[in-house]
Amino acid sequence: MNLRVVSPGFQTHVQDLGRFGYTGLGISASGAADTISLRAGNLLVGNPENAPALEMTLVGGAFEFDGDAVVAITGSDFGASVPAWRAVNCRAGETLRLGAARSGARCYLCIQGGIDVPQVLGSASTHLSSGIGGFEGRALRKGDVLRIGMNSGPVQRKVPKLLPDTLSRKALRVTPGLQAGWFPDAALCGPTWRVTEESSRMGLRLSGPRILPHTPQELLTEGVSVGAIQVPSGGQPIILFVEHQTTGGYPKIANVISADLPVVGQLRPRDEVRFEPVGFDEARRLLLEQEEAILALA
Amino acid sequence: MQIRPASDHSLLVVLGEGISREIHLRVLRLVQLLAGSPPPGLVDLHPAYASVLVRFNPIVTSRDALEREVRERVADLDEAPAPEPRIVEIPVRYGGAEGPDLEDVARLSELSMEEVVRLHSEGDYLVYFLGFSPGFPYLGGMSPRLAVPRLEVPRSETPAGSVAIGGSQTGVYPLKSPGGWRIVGRTPLSLFSLERDPPVLLRMGDRVRFVPLP
Repeated sequence: MNLRVVSPGFQTHVQDLGRFGYTGLGISASGAADTISLRAGNLLVGNPENAPALEMTLVGGAFEFDGDAVVAITGSDFGASVPAWRAVNCRAGETLRLGAARSGARCYLCIQGGIDVPQVLGSASTHLSSGIGGFEGRALRKGDVLRIGMNSGPVQRKVPKLLPDTLSRKALRVTPGLQAGWFPDAALCGPTWRVTEESSRMGLRLSGPRILPHTPQELLTEGVSVGAIQVPSGGQPIILFVEHQTTGGYPKIANVISADLPVVGQLRPRDEVRFEPVGFDEARRLLLEQEEAILALA
Repeated sequence: MQIRPASDHSLLVVLGEGISREIHLRVLRLVQLLAGSPPPGLVDLHPAYASVLVRFNPIVTSRDALEREVRERVADLDEAPAPEPRIVEIPVRYGGAEGPDLEDVARLSELSMEEVVRLHSEGDYLVYFLGFSPGFPYLGGMSPRLAVPRLEVPRSETPAGSVAIGGSQTGVYPLKSPGGWRIVGRTPLSLFSLERDPPVLLRMGDRVRFVPLP
């Protein structure tokens, strides 16, 4: 079976959970911006949770299948032509349409069997900024035809209410960054920040009161983690995201906890966001709790 | 040696301060020890000049368990054999259309273009690590006489294979990308190709020589 792109939307590409093991070669993991939605969508249609699916950004596309498909749309509400957060049938020749995001930034179209694209360095994920993986290393265009795979199990019809609720958090929880001590205590967790237009899968630039270090210092280039919040000399923080540069020389004031990274994937320009400090052990507990909710779907 | 939590899914192992070949060797050995017998839950390693960022899966392992595993390997660090460095020659066409900034580099460093090419190609360079973008080598060893300021306005597109100087650093752009370094030449070799396994030409710890093409 094939999927044909009738219209691609603003930026639609193939994603799985990411490409791991290559940061030492300068390649960040990429993968779905909102892994909760990708995993839930895949589990709903009976796929392995890492199966390749389409990630849409801000404006969704329209798609047709040349056979009967079982699909699930998850993530933010893009006004889809079928109900979201559940497995639905889509008949051959029927056009599946999504519109502009009503809230949030991304939605996922998971198709039973998964999207069949070549694995590049162990992953089907598109790394947009370096043109690696996915469908020809790029966002989809009108007329592209993608093959649907065969790899799936039984369909799940449950709607997991808890998971979409998680994604609408407006306070991101953070652990202290490697250079947190360079900055005043409440510099990050206090003010409300605004997501700027200069935001992408590489990073989200925030605007708000300037964050200045006690004394300016030089940092030797070191590895950076996804979710790290860097503060360049201008004092406006940047959340490094799934396609981040693998090393950097800006100080890191904090790091978004793993459980809240999917929430970052749902932030859009002009959204307001706050930060809340948590300890490392609390961060792990929150992740394990979330993991249990996702696994309950399988 | 210091191990510090960088996030709920990563630890930074600091093996020294500053940029030196001795610290680099410790970083390289630790990466080899961890990659050679990966502790449970290890996801990824980001080496840099004096540190290794270790990414782990917090669902599979805890920070404390991983830290113990790292400490065990660090204890073996100085007994691990020093790997024999590979020497990689990179042919470069200096100047002309492929090195549009060679003239500016010569002017800024108060050298002739021939001297810039001679000094740049005489250097014995070390790949400290790859980072920033796919296959990009952080090279050390450029003559300080070639240090020139970066472009005031970065180019929106630097061709793949461009050999460039930025401040006191030199490097080769593996992929076409924006860039603020001054381009002195270009190599016909491909530094990053998915047709190859591994996809990168240069690896951490390699010694690099630039060979001028006529």
